[in-house]
This record gives sequence, C-alpha cells and structure tokens, in this order.
Amino acid sequence: MEDRLPKAEVSALDTLRANASKIADALLPVLAVLAALAIGAIILLMLGANPVAAYGALLEGAFGSGNAVAETIVKATPLLLVGLGICIAFRGNVINIGGEGQMVVGALLATLVGLRLTSWPGWVVVPLAMLAGFVGGAIWGGIPGILKAYFRVNEILSTVMMNAIAVQAMNYLLRGPMIDPAQMELASRIPQTAALPEAFRLPRLAPTRLHLGAFIAVVLAVGVYILLWRTTLGYRIRAVGQNPDASRYGGIRVRHHVVVALLLSGAFAGLAGATQVFGVNYRMITDGSATGFTGSAGFNGIVAALFGQLHPIGAIPASFLFGALLVGANKLQRMMQVPSAFITSLNGLVVVFVVSSDIWRRQRQKRRLAAAQRAAEAAVADSGGPA
Amino acid sequence: MISELFSATVLIGIIASGIRLATPYLYAAIGETFGQRSGVLNLGVEGQMLLGAFAAFYVAFTTGNLWLGLLAAAVVGALMGLAMAFVSVTLHAEQGISGIGFYLFGLGVSDLLFQRMLGTVETVNGFQPIYIRGLSDLPVLGRILFSQNILVYGAFVLVPIAWFVLNKTTLGLKIRAVGENPQAADSLGVSVNRVRYFTVTLGGVLSGIAGASLSIALLNVFQQNLTSGLGFIAVALVYFGGWRPAGVLLGALLFSMVNSLQLWVQVLGIPVPSDIAVMMPYVLTIVALILTVQRVRSPSALSKPFQREG
Repeated sequence: MEDRLPKAEVSALDTLRANASKIADALLPVLAVLAALAIGAIILLMLGANPVAAYGALLEGAFGSGNAVAETIVKATPLLLVGLGICIAFRGNVINIGGEGQMVVGALLATLVGLRLTSWPGWVVVPLAMLAGFVGGAIWGGIPGILKAYFRVNEILSTVMMNAIAVQAMNYLLRGPMIDPAQMELASRIPQTAALPEAFRLPRLAPTRLHLGAFIAVVLAVGVYILLWRTTLGYRIRAVGQNPDASRYGGIRVRHHVVVALLLSGAFAGLAGATQVFGVNYRMITDGSATGFTGSAGFNGIVAALFGQLHPIGAIPASFLFGALLVGANKLQRMMQVPSAFITSLNGLVVVFVVSSDIWRRQRQKRRLAAAQRAAEAAVADSGGPA
Repeated sequence: MISELFSATVLIGIIASGIRLATPYLYAAIGETFGQRSGVLNLGVEGQMLLGAFAAFYVAFTTGNLWLGLLAAAVVGALMGLAMAFVSVTLHAEQGISGIGFYLFGLGVSDLLFQRMLGTVETVNGFQPIYIRGLSDLPVLGRILFSQNILVYGAFVLVPIAWFVLNKTTLGLKIRAVGENPQAADSLGVSVNRVRYFTVTLGGVLSGIAGASLSIALLNVFQQNLTSGLGFIAVALVYFGGWRPAGVLLGALLFSMVNSLQLWVQVLGIPVPSDIAVMMPYVLTIVALILTVQRVRSPSALSKPFQREG
C-alpha cells in the first residue's frame, strides 16, 4: 500500500476519469454518425458524385434559409414524437418496430374525428382529434404488448405484422368507406379523404409550414422525461427493462408494465400521425404504402431516439439532425440526382454504428464501477476496515 | 363465383403457385434457422434479400447469365451476413436493433442502386420451369410438383439437407450447443464465435438467394422494396416452425398457400376487398405465432451475445 497515491488524489483522478468517460459516452453517437457519413461518402464516390458537393447540398438544403430550417423542424416533429415513444419502449426493454402502423392508425382515427365533427368548433375538435390519434396508436401498440406479455409473442415480429395490417386497413378505408365524396364522382378516384375544415388546422408560423405540432412535441419530450425519471410508473418501466426478475421479486407487475410501455410507445407514434394530418397534409391520402404517408418516420424515429441515447431530451436535437438529413435529401436529389434512398442507407448505418459502439460505453461503465468500488474500498481501509 | 374456387383447375393452380411462392420464404427462413439455432437473431434478412435481389437482377440483366446473377446474390448476402456477424458476435450489439439498421441499409442501398443503375423497371428472362419427362406429364402432381424452376426445387431440397446438418452432423451439434449453452460449448473447446460467424454468414447467403429467387426466378423484375416485408415474415416462420426445418417448411407452405389463395380470389373477381385479402397473411402470421409459441421453446441463448466469464 506504500506506493499508493494519497486518497484525495485517487478520488480526484477517478472523478476526472469518470467525467472524461462520460463525455466520451456522449460523443459516441456523434462518432457513429461521422462514420456513417464517411461510408456514405464512399457510396457517393462509387455513384460518381462528389461527396463534398453532395454534403454541401445537403447542408444548404437543410439550413440554407429560414424556410429550410422551418422545413427541417416540420420533418423533425414526427421523428421526435415517434422517438419519445421509442425511448419509453426501449427503456422498458421492449422493441417497438411498429411506429409506421401506429402512425397510420393514429392518423386514421384522428381524421375520422375531424371529418365527423365538422360543425363543431376547432378548439374542441383539434384536441379531441389529437387524443384520438394518441388512442389509435395506443391500441396498435397495446395489441403487440398484450401478445408479448400474456402470449409470449415476440414483439418485433408482431409490430412488423401490425404495420402491414395497418397499411392495408388504410388503403381499404381510403379507397372505400372514408374516400372523399368528391372523388367518388371522378373516374380517377384518388384514394384520399375529404380535406379537413380550415378551422381544424394546427396554427402555422406563416409563411412557413412550421406548425404547432413541433411545440407540442418539445413539451411532450419534457413530459416523457418527467414520466420516466420522476414518476413511479416510469421507474417501474425502467426497472422491468433493466431486470425483469428482480422487478418481479420486488413486487412490480412485469407483464402489466410491458403492456404499458408498448402502449405508450404506440400512443406517441399515433400522435405523430395525427399531427401530420392536422399540421401538414390536412387530409389523408395513400399511395398504397405506409411510407407514402409516414415518410418512414416510424423507422427514422428509432434512429433519432438511439442517437439521442434513448433520452427524451436528447431526442430533441437528434430529431432535428435527422429532419435536416431528410430535408437536405430533396436538395441532393435536385442538384446532384442522388436519390433520397441515400438517406435511408445512411440512417441504417447510423443505427448499426450506434448499437455497435455501445460496447465501448459498456466497457467504460464497467471501469467506472470498478473505480467506484476501489474508492469505496480505499475509504473503508482508511477508516480502519469495516466495523 | 365462390364455387369456381373449388374447381380442379383452380385448386391445382392455387397449390402450384403456392409451392412456387414458398421458395423465397424457405431459403430465407432456413438460413435464419441456422443463425437462431446458434443463438443469433438476424432481423436484417429483409435488407439482405433486397440487396441479393438487386445484385442478381442487375448481373443477370447486364450479362444475360442467370447463374452469375445467382452467384452475385450469394456473395452480396455473404458480405451482409459477415457484417451482421461482426456487429452481433464480435461487438455484442443488441441484435434486434442492429438488424433493423441492416434492413434500412439494404432497403436504401438497393433502391439507390436501382434508381442510379437501372432507372426504370426492366424485366429479365428468369429461370424457366424444368420439365421432367414422365413426371411432369402426370395428371395433377405433374403441374403441381414437377413443372417448377430450379430455384423452387432447390428450396425444397434444402429442407432435408438443413435437417440432416442440424441433427446428424458434428457441425449441427456444435450449432445447437452454442445456441443452447454457449458457456458449456466453450469449455468443451467449441469456438462459439466461429460457429456463429458461420451460421450468420450462411444465413446471409441463403437470404441473398431468397432475394434472387424473387428477382430472377419468380417475378423477374426488380423495383423499390421488392420484398415488401417478406424477409420479416421469414423470421416469423422460424418461430412458427419451432426452429426445426420441417416446421419451417410447414409454415412456409401454409403461408404461401394463403397468399396464393388470396391472389386467386382477386383473379377470379370474388367480391372481397383486395386490401383486406392482402391483409390476411399478416393476420395469419400473428395468429400462428400465438398458437405456436405456447408449445415450443426457443434456443436458450437466442439473441444473447456470448462473453467468457471471468
């Protein structure tokens, strides 16, 4: 023990190390995105596009003007809402791949409310419609939750299937029961609903398309933070996620909380769908796929949430970043003829790199734990051993 | 019109196309079975299939050689499988999520390459049905079983091979040991990581071929998101089949028959909304999962990265 540093210095060193490793943790996703961009550059080169010019176009498209920034926020809004749900689910150790379907069902239910209550005032209908979106998504997320908790059906598979079912339900409803009566008269019969009354539109920051949904999403991000870390429900969801056996032993109803986690996760995606209809499109229209309506937000929200380290507040800048990629992609397509599928590929790489880099975070966590243990032992030794 | 469905011609047609449609499910799901039996859940099957389908189509379209196309699909699948193995086995990444990453990557890249390198939907002359003298002329069975193309036959031959490898060979024993109790396998000198690299790469190869079976044997086109969820259903079929090749075969057939029936219902103009008909296979998958997971147990180490203790 002679060559050991004095206690104060040991703990100072450990604190320094702990802080440095925490910063490194926060930097990992950034490195993951840089790695994805680097591989993206190689793909661009292989396609015969200059990566510097391409990424320049991407940046300009996303941030080049006030309107571009507003568009970025518009694209970020559904990512954030879906991402908040993903934070809840993944913290509870349930994997929700059903964001696409949950968005669709939420949007359908919200639209139905909007189209049925046309004579009601907007301040009643809009909150009702948002609630309907929330409930619609909750149902679509809750079913896989019940299937997982009580029938042991893998939620990844069931949520994927629920996506496909939701798309077909949307196609059926928009081609039949919910079709715009005006379209019934036309030969074209575009599968879309009637437009919502103007009074039901979410307020916009004219002349941009930036709508109230973005504000709602940010407020809810704080709400989800409070839910997860300041309420018993959130504590239980996280406990079940970290150690279901210990939770069961501690008297937490594990199955119940699995259902709640997926249900809430779906609810936020459903709300994302509702805000898309009431804030951006003002009607529902289908091209036959889910992406046609969601813009893949159900998947990209997962990417954003992972990038934000499954923290609701971290999801805010993360959504902004991935919204920027989506808006920039349009410019990339127009200026350099690089299809926007490039962004889908990048997002895939980001997911792979973020989850892969987790190994270094876990290693550091282990080291931090060991350091804390050392410090505790040193303290015990100094005080003359355990009493 | 409903009665038309039960005429002999239509029934034979439904079964024949059902057998054909089972092909991509079989390749992908048998490949996934190997991975899952060794403890790795690869959710990137759909992405591997899309890249395989594109590679096969593009090579076949430009060279006119279908076998080269098939080879390209297998190579691309192997590379994707290797990448998945590196991420899940070496880097211990959460498999459910990294698989989704590989899915998005495959979806994006195949679409990107399609738009840049082909631009429009083209067609190729895919693998043609093989007529076996004598067998193909049999009254009913001839049309159902013996008038298919080589990749369809290959898929069905793969099932007993997979069964044999998994249950009757040392390799199969190692795969199962690694998936059930990696610690014990490791202490007996089996390299857990090497076995998992092998199975996941093999799964990639078979997923690539599954994609090729769509783009150069069954549909003979490539377009954006050609597989539309088929790869995910293949993963579900592994659960449905209780991680056994025979079970996977049963699931794939059941599934493709329902799909085939659904297509014929539309062809015959039976008044069921087509969207609802298309929905049915997915509903069926969920019901099938509910019914099967109650009676079979998954490999104990499924989706758990292996780490030596100590």
